[in-house]
Amino acid sequence: MPRSGFRQPSVLPGFGLTFGFTTFFLSALVLIPLAALVVTGASMPWREFVHVVTSARALGSYRLSFGASLIAASVNLVFGFIIAWTLVRYEFPGRKLIDALIDMPFALPTAVSGIALTTVFAPNGFLGHYLAQAGVQVAYTALGVVIALTLIGMPFMVRTMQPAIAEVQRELEDAAEILGAGRLYAFRRIILPTVVPAMLTGFTLAFARAVGEYGSVIFIAGNLPRKTEITPLLIVIHLQQFDYQGAAALGLVMLGISFTVLLAINLLHTWGRRRFVATGR
Amino acid sequence: MAANPATLAHQIVRRPGADSLLPALLRVALIAISLGFLAALLIAPLATVFITAFAHGIGAYLDSFADADTRSAVRLTLLTAAVVVPLNTVFGLAAAWCIAKFEFKGKSFFVTLIDLPLAVSPVISGMLFVLLFGLQGWFGEWLQDHDIAIVFALPGIILATMFVTFPYVAREVIPLMQQLGNDEEEAAITMGAGAWMTFFRVTLPKIRWGLVYGVILCNARAMGEFGAVSVVSGHIRGLTNTMPLHIEILYNEYNFVGAFAVASLLTLLALVTLVIKTVVERRAERGR
Repeated sequence: MPRSGFRQPSVLPGFGLTFGFTTFFLSALVLIPLAALVVTGASMPWREFVHVVTSARALGSYRLSFGASLIAASVNLVFGFIIAWTLVRYEFPGRKLIDALIDMPFALPTAVSGIALTTVFAPNGFLGHYLAQAGVQVAYTALGVVIALTLIGMPFMVRTMQPAIAEVQRELEDAAEILGAGRLYAFRRIILPTVVPAMLTGFTLAFARAVGEYGSVIFIAGNLPRKTEITPLLIVIHLQQFDYQGAAALGLVMLGISFTVLLAINLLHTWGRRRFVATGR
Repeated sequence: MAANPATLAHQIVRRPGADSLLPALLRVALIAISLGFLAALLIAPLATVFITAFAHGIGAYLDSFADADTRSAVRLTLLTAAVVVPLNTVFGLAAAWCIAKFEFKGKSFFVTLIDLPLAVSPVISGMLFVLLFGLQGWFGEWLQDHDIAIVFALPGIILATMFVTFPYVAREVIPLMQQLGNDEEEAAITMGAGAWMTFFRVTLPKIRWGLVYGVILCNARAMGEFGAVSVVSGHIRGLTNTMPLHIEILYNEYNFVGAFAVASLLTLLALVTLVIKTVVERRAERGR
């Protein structure tokens, strides 16, 4: 076998064909286009690059995109946990239907959820007019962006949390209660250590998806420069003005910040696992 | 102390009221919070789609599909999915065979590349192809000299959709193939079955439900993709507008019935996707 150093021998056929096809497909569709992004962004003169990515408009868009994504993922941390807990632990009419509907934001086109959320939360909308009476405006504000991103991130959080909650050993909870532990203490020492890794994974997934989200946000956001304009929209605006380099530069910055945040969360994940697993059991 | 100590102790230290009332209240509160959250964020928007679409009666609903631009948007979306979904299915199966059946160097790099479109903003996904094939892109001049249109035309829409949706089949099938192992395929090959026969008679029947779900999900995403397609399409009415893009145009023109009528088709598609997912999952559970 000429390739024996590269792959372990197997009696199964088709390695050459499928490996070749996969490599070709991935190169044509992913590697070459990514190279175009990196080269286009990097071929810009450095001073111009800095000018584009640190303009007041760009900085405002990062603040909104990353800030709203962090808030939305945090909201999901709380509500995603409660929903997952309810679906795993409690039996109630309609539970299976609700469980199936959790995946809706995965399957629903983002443009559809965008116009539907805007209609619901507009000042004359079904929920929006109650909120307007209370003096809260959701549509066309940063709050609307947070709501859209919360919906988009929700399934990631619930779906990663469900198996973790199912894994919590109820015998341990019972034992803690018998031994006189308070509910909060038992929650902190028995349930949390089991679900914290899943919480962080869900948070990461929800955040990563939210940062890049476009379709469901642009309808409900006001799209005012520096106030309610997300970074993906700013990229689209650059592209529409045929400023490919500026768009590529912003794209690179976005990928860079996302990567850094995800790396930080992963480090936190490792730290959390060590800490909670070491002391919690 | 032969009895289960936990049950025994449970009976001894039950404080009156503390055990039954508080958990019951907590239970009701948590269910109420969950349902309230989902009702506001998920059910209300879903209901709005259909309520607005039928706001002026069923006649107005049906009339919105008589519009020529709406029809061409539906046609373009169907055409795009008809090209993208089969290609991504073949890719998903090839990638899964290569990754699940063999051990080779650089496998994790492959897997990372397959996951990449899921982590990248749809806008950036679309931009990649503008940078390559757009007027000022790498091949822009050459394409213009040879009179080939990719960006702002059908090929661009297909490429962007393909990029965004190719992970779905592969990600459903790879774990399934890995979990099922190679024993049966190895037996078939050793006993003289051909490669294609082994694939169609041994592997495919085992993975068919996972494959079905992967294909359905890939189709739903292909028909619903907005951000990536929006960047490469150019929004030419009746020519390069897919259904999601047409929804945006109608909505921005305050034609809410029209926008939500088109949206209702995509919502139905999403609901059907979820039903198929539920059925596939039940079958997988029963098979275990």
